[in-house]
Amino acid sequence: MLFKILSKEEFRNFIDFLLKDTEVIAPKQINVNADGKAIYQFLPVQNFEEIRLDYETTDYSAKTYFLPYKEDLSSCSFLGTIWDREIKYRIQPRAIVGLHACDINALLKLDKVLAGDRFPSPYYISRRKNTFIVGIDHDPCEGGFCQSVGADVVTHGFDLYLTDLGDRYFAAINSNRGFNALQQVKTREPTARDNNDYLEVRRRIASQFKPLEVHNLPNLMDIEFESKVWKKWADKCMSCGSCAMVCPTCYCYGVEERITMNNAKSAKIKQLYSCQFLDFATVAGGLNFRPDRETRLKYRYYHQHRGFVEAYEEPLCVGCYRCGRVCLADINPPDIIQDLQTEYQE
Amino acid sequence: MKYLGIKPKRPKIAVFDFTGCEGCELQLVNKEETVIDFLGSVDVINFREISSTISNDFEVAFIEGAITRDDEINRLNEIREQAKVLIALGSCACFGGVNRLKNAYDFKKANQEVYGKQHKETLPARAVKEIIAVDLQIPGCPVDKPEVERIVQHLVWDVPYQFPAYPVCFECKQQYTTCVFELGQLCLGPVTQGGCRAPCPVGGSGCWGCRGPAADPHLKEFLQIADEREFSRKEINERLSFYSGFEGML
Repeated sequence: MLFKILSKEEFRNFIDFLLKDTEVIAPKQINVNADGKAIYQFLPVQNFEEIRLDYETTDYSAKTYFLPYKEDLSSCSFLGTIWDREIKYRIQPRAIVGLHACDINALLKLDKVLAGDRFPSPYYISRRKNTFIVGIDHDPCEGGFCQSVGADVVTHGFDLYLTDLGDRYFAAINSNRGFNALQQVKTREPTARDNNDYLEVRRRIASQFKPLEVHNLPNLMDIEFESKVWKKWADKCMSCGSCAMVCPTCYCYGVEERITMNNAKSAKIKQLYSCQFLDFATVAGGLNFRPDRETRLKYRYYHQHRGFVEAYEEPLCVGCYRCGRVCLADINPPDIIQDLQTEYQE
Repeated sequence: MKYLGIKPKRPKIAVFDFTGCEGCELQLVNKEETVIDFLGSVDVINFREISSTISNDFEVAFIEGAITRDDEINRLNEIREQAKVLIALGSCACFGGVNRLKNAYDFKKANQEVYGKQHKETLPARAVKEIIAVDLQIPGCPVDKPEVERIVQHLVWDVPYQFPAYPVCFECKQQYTTCVFELGQLCLGPVTQGGCRAPCPVGGSGCWGCRGPAADPHLKEFLQIADEREFSRKEINERLSFYSGFEGML
């Protein structure tokens, strides 16, 4: 990895440079909650002042800039005797500034599924390749357990990654375009003191996490397949699907066809869906092999913490805790995993 | 024009109003960009808001409004006899709607308060399905025009329509809405039938349940989370009863 040092003033110039010809997405404060706590969201910004790099977390992940909630896969026009099909990919350049390590790790996991050798998605790849990513280190967010699932540090999947050293940023460069973009502003090589300060900040961040016991979790889950823990938590689930909507890695979807009222045009629409919805596993003939909340909640956790590990040797969950925060019934991974561990010990 | 070898039907439709505000009927002629195609895909043979032609030779009947009078029951029975498909349109027709709130009051006093000396005959407000068999219910106050369009498309192509199985939260989240609960307000989104595109919570006022219960609603947990957030049972029950979609479930 290449490292550079840039002052805060130069970083501001860097953002101005990006804003010249690129859509810039960054954390913005949009509201305060009932307790007076700021609510942030990844949104397009027009100037540097709107960006809040000190944000703790966002309610919604940045996933939908790569996997929109709704997307037309293709559209058709009826031309009298034949159909004319059109497929569009989003290729306009975009920059996302201020992603935390968990959210970049989430993209790396999505890359494995959607940009790997098997069935790569051109819709995802065109958005991913055309997005310039600037990440930033931060102190742990409330509830976050990214360290326990190995997502608190990130070594690739971004163009630049910043660590705040007070008056300057320590910037890790991970791409040619990241390197070239930094040429637009004044940077310098890190000194021994910069390196030392950087490592010190990293140590400070790492020391603040409360570890969650995830040792041997896939096997533990196999053993606890019939555990009453699943029913205990599923009894609270309202099947609203919000967990999957805010999750930075949930990628399950459905496809439906829509035709215009004059029957002249049709579209094949992909829509992100949730495995917690009653009809998620409904198949032809009306049969539903996950009709109860318990099975649906259980399989959500099995996909995240067991199935994905078998396929890709890492969990799908990045520990961002957005699902725990959004859930009105307070269903959350740390408590469920803790319950499973306790059950096992008993 | 044929699609997959199927020739579209051109159902003869009629729209009838009972006790309601006619807002749902207005929705049928709303959405200017597609209204010509919408009305052109069917034969409108009895719909007083758009045509003075009146015929009783209809196949599909849309019923708007709750049933609150004896003469309405007779009229409804006649429509049922003629209609091959009978559709309850809007929350009043589906559940009794806001009209049903009166059922909790003394009718004499209510009549006095609203009509003074001009007393009106009235029965407890009921949903259409409580009187006759209903083939399809399209809830909403008012109904969502894009949803009505899709349903009519299904009638035209003779394909069964499937209402969404998800609650309002799904489409609310798709619009990056800050959860109304997070802002300290009550919302029926988690237990209410989705498909409306969540205009109320997106607009910041919380869901009032006009579309009635979602598939397999978890009311017990909903009451629990509302209690935990210290909403009074009175407020919660008033909200759940407002459109009467949760009648019999509380």
